Amino acid sequence: MKRIVFLLVFLAAPLWAVQPDEVLNDPELEARARELSQDLRCLVCRNENIDDSNAELARDLRLLVRERLVAGDSDSEVIDFVVSRYGEYVLLTPRRGGSNIILYYAGPAMFIFALLAAGLYLRSRSSSRTVGREDLSEEEQAQLDEIMKD
Amino acid sequence: MIAELGHFALVLGFIVSLLQTVVPMIGAAKRWPGWMRFSEPGANALFLLTAFSFAALTYAFVMSDFSVKLVWLNSHTDKPMLYKITGVWGNHEGSMLLWVLILTLFGAMAAWFGGGLPPTLKARILAVQGSITAAFIAFVLFTSNPFLRLDPAPLNGQDLNPLLQDPGLAFHPPFLYLGYVGLSMAFSFAVAALIEGRVDAAWGRWVRPWTLAAWVFLTVGIGLGSWWAYYELGWGGFWFWDPVENASFMPWLLAVALLHSSVVVEKRESLKSWTILLAIIAFGFSLLGAFITRSGIITSVHAFATDPERGVFLLLILGVFTGGALILYALRARVMEAKGVFGMVSRESALVLNNILLAVSAFIVFIGTMWPLFSEMFFDRKLSVGAPWFNASFTPLMILLGLALPLGAILPWKRGKLGRVAGKLKIAFVLAVAVGALTFAVQGDRSALGPVGLFLGAWLIAGAATDLLSRGRKGEKLARLGRLPRADWGKSVAHAGLGVTMMGISGLLAWEQEDIRVMVDGDSLELAGYTVRLDSVEEVQGPNYISTQATLTLLRSGAVISELTPEKRVYPVAGMPTTEAAIDIGFLRDIYIVIGDAQEGGGWAVRTYYKPLANWIWGGAILMALGGALSLSDRRYRVSVGARRRSEMSGGRVPAE
Repeated sequence: MKRIVFLLVFLAAPLWAVQPDEVLNDPELEARARELSQDLRCLVCRNENIDDSNAELARDLRLLVRERLVAGDSDSEVIDFVVSRYGEYVLLTPRRGGSNIILYYAGPAMFIFALLAAGLYLRSRSSSRTVGREDLSEEEQAQLDEIMKD
Repeated sequence: MIAELGHFALVLGFIVSLLQTVVPMIGAAKRWPGWMRFSEPGANALFLLTAFSFAALTYAFVMSDFSVKLVWLNSHTDKPMLYKITGVWGNHEGSMLLWVLILTLFGAMAAWFGGGLPPTLKARILAVQGSITAAFIAFVLFTSNPFLRLDPAPLNGQDLNPLLQDPGLAFHPPFLYLGYVGLSMAFSFAVAALIEGRVDAAWGRWVRPWTLAAWVFLTVGIGLGSWWAYYELGWGGFWFWDPVENASFMPWLLAVALLHSSVVVEKRESLKSWTILLAIIAFGFSLLGAFITRSGIITSVHAFATDPERGVFLLLILGVFTGGALILYALRARVMEAKGVFGMVSRESALVLNNILLAVSAFIVFIGTMWPLFSEMFFDRKLSVGAPWFNASFTPLMILLGLALPLGAILPWKRGKLGRVAGKLKIAFVLAVAVGALTFAVQGDRSALGPVGLFLGAWLIAGAATDLLSRGRKGEKLARLGRLPRADWGKSVAHAGLGVTMMGISGLLAWEQEDIRVMVDGDSLELAGYTVRLDSVEEVQGPNYISTQATLTLLRSGAVISELTPEKRVYPVAGMPTTEAAIDIGFLRDIYIVIGDAQEGGGWAVRTYYKPLANWIWGGAILMALGGALSLSDRRYRVSVGARRRSEMSGGRVPAE
């Protein structure tokens, strides 16, 4: 079930991902085009890059990227050009500026916080002296031991 | 008539689930044994009613009863029987009914095998499970009723989405639901323990098999989905960091964390409060996954599943259950104090690190999945978070996890010495470094991905083997291997499985090669030392589709290896094309061929991929699931066995009357 939505997208336009006639003759430029394509999304698909997409719009974008590369643009110029046309939405790796610092730093911050919290916890555990199960009655303790025996 | 009976059974089920929520809960609070015991027949009745309801829907599909709207929308008389049955859950309404069926199945299983649980705890667990069931039956009845009729009945149906007519995908959803819903048991255990106000080692042991089972099902479900995407979508991708995939991956990560932290509860009576929290959050993420998938909120670009009413209902379920449990947790968590004392270097600490890495990974997947939504809502900034971001953020944590795992797995409980552990793992480490170095020397370019991935994989596999071998005293090690508890075997097999998957992913990403070209009959191409020759292309008529089928021969140094027949199918009823890739499956590599459109100047577009270690990705997943199943079969976790002995001992009476 969960795939159905995903699937419909693929089927919307029964074209193909990268076509033989799109591939550039210069292997170096083609490799750069592929690299750039990984980071550009097909605007009408769900989280798919333009290389993998079958949609017409993705094909247009692939051709556009190659056009700019052949015209001599650098990688970042191509990206800037595409973003100026289609907006930030087209990038699969969001830019780091502005509110996106939350996206980029929430994970590492959480990791550091977790390490600190765990460190404190482990320290309290290694110096703790509370041993024994004082809140269990004898009978309960016997039952527990029985359960845990095997 | 049958459909109406199914509908009626579900309504009855709703009433029973409400009773199931209230009666045992009151019984447990007041210590009334009769009221507590209501939970067992209650759980059985719930299961039987939903099973009947599900059977009624299945009957409508099998009989192609197109007067039922859902059948008309998703079935067709020409469809093979297998897909008539799987079509029951190949749609929103039917899949939610399956979800409810699994919920009640787990509840019933807790009633059947939960003989060893204290009566109050058991009654509360079943009551909590009953309340979840009530919420979801209400969801089905009020927003997604599968039993609606059409009048007049159409003569034939609209066919199931052809891409769903595939064995891999047909069984992908049930496994996922078994996983998602299996986590509801951990949730019910956690909430019941909070109400009870006690979490002890026994609780850790009781909750473990349920978590383990849920995790095994999730692993199989995700593996099937990934494998299906690989062979069906036409370019051999196996993971896309799609929101819907992430929705299943977050509960998986948290289930792994929960599995490991419940070991600490069981063995050392520590991490109790954290484990309870984890159980609540893990099921919360299952619910979040259901919400993401069904509301269409994140997939708004293609408004397909968008239904505000359903979305709001699911958000309500998510809020009430997760929120309620968290409030309860905040009120009661104090009562769970840790008992065990352990040093900084110990198995306990290693498992804490495991939990940190897994929980933070899940958090990163969460942030990446939800950020486009948050960003648009709060900052009015429309953006995408895609695979490159996830790969860059997620991979470092997995590398850390892979590095630390063999060390942690072999550390003793309470207090260990890193030096001793390092000594034991010396051979494994040298072996892994050798594998990495050899890979670097052979691969011929400077990318680190392949060597690092293979090093990590080898380190995990060798570490798992060392873990097993180090169990016995010198001289009798091998003889002891066969007698080790299955849980120990399960642990090592699952850890090695992770290593195999890591090797597969890095190998595939590092060394994949592709070739895209136009070919006419008789043309051949060279790729990664293989020759592929196009022999012919012809039209073939299938049972409910028309196919353009190419025949290609795969050769290596002149010798024929296999004949491959990729297809391009069109399903006329659904009006959809699909690609059927042809794959020559090998241990070390797949050759993956897709046939494309006829070209204007004659010939066909042919895409050929060389995919090294592809099958290791799913091979590792199978090993992980197998490891889980081995652990599950360990006699320590056969709850009912312990139960019988205990009830003999205590005379099976109800305490504290």
